[in-house]
Amino acid sequence: MSTALESKVRIQREDFSVTDEIEFMKKSSRNIGGITTFLGTGRETNKGENISELNFEHYPQMAEKKLGEIREKAIKDFGLIDMSIIHRIGHIEIGDNIVLIIACGEHRQETFKACEWAIAELKRTTPIWKRETTSKGEVWVQATP
Amino acid sequence: MVTVKYFANLKQMAGKEEDQFDINEGTTLEQLSDLIKQSVPQLGDMVREKKVMISLNYDVVPLDTVVKDGDEIALLPPFSGGI
Repeated sequence: MSTALESKVRIQREDFSVTDEIEFMKKSSRNIGGITTFLGTGRETNKGENISELNFEHYPQMAEKKLGEIREKAIKDFGLIDMSIIHRIGHIEIGDNIVLIIACGEHRQETFKACEWAIAELKRTTPIWKRETTSKGEVWVQATP
Repeated sequence: MVTVKYFANLKQMAGKEEDQFDINEGTTLEQLSDLIKQSVPQLGDMVREKKVMISLNYDVVPLDTVVKDGDEIALLPPFSGGI
């Protein structure tokens, strides 16, 4: 388990603790009044196919750069106090954590909006690719909504 | 010389992670696709047909962008991060 909380934008193989990550973010400011989290996890089926495992690959440096840009834009555009984005790569079992976004604000409204925007933007702009292993073999997943 | 990186299914098509090409001054990404085609024919065609995105030094750019020595280019299939 990784407890390396030194960066608010991370791509890592290790699992993360949602609780530890939230506690870390709460230290950003004593003015945080609302925190919204999005946690993406490995699901068992996709388009009717049973998935036995997932693998994520990324483009080092570009992926981190894009996540950093998403974080900065979210803080600026939604008036957040802080945001963290963590995405795992490598082998992921069904049910495992994949991605975590934590949006912190003075009030709840901006954190809900920012969190939803950030995961959509991550999927749109960040060079990370998912490979699913099914009964038919390994399949690189194309972009999903 | 520029480096061209391949990812995900494109890496499997290429059978390698990257190529390096000597370029002339003023070479565009569209012109670079001819060199890519000589190395991996299928990928050169995909660049020309805009079936993949191209990044230059970690930002997605259009095909008429000029490249220079030392640049890092990547061919990027559709992203599928998140869930």
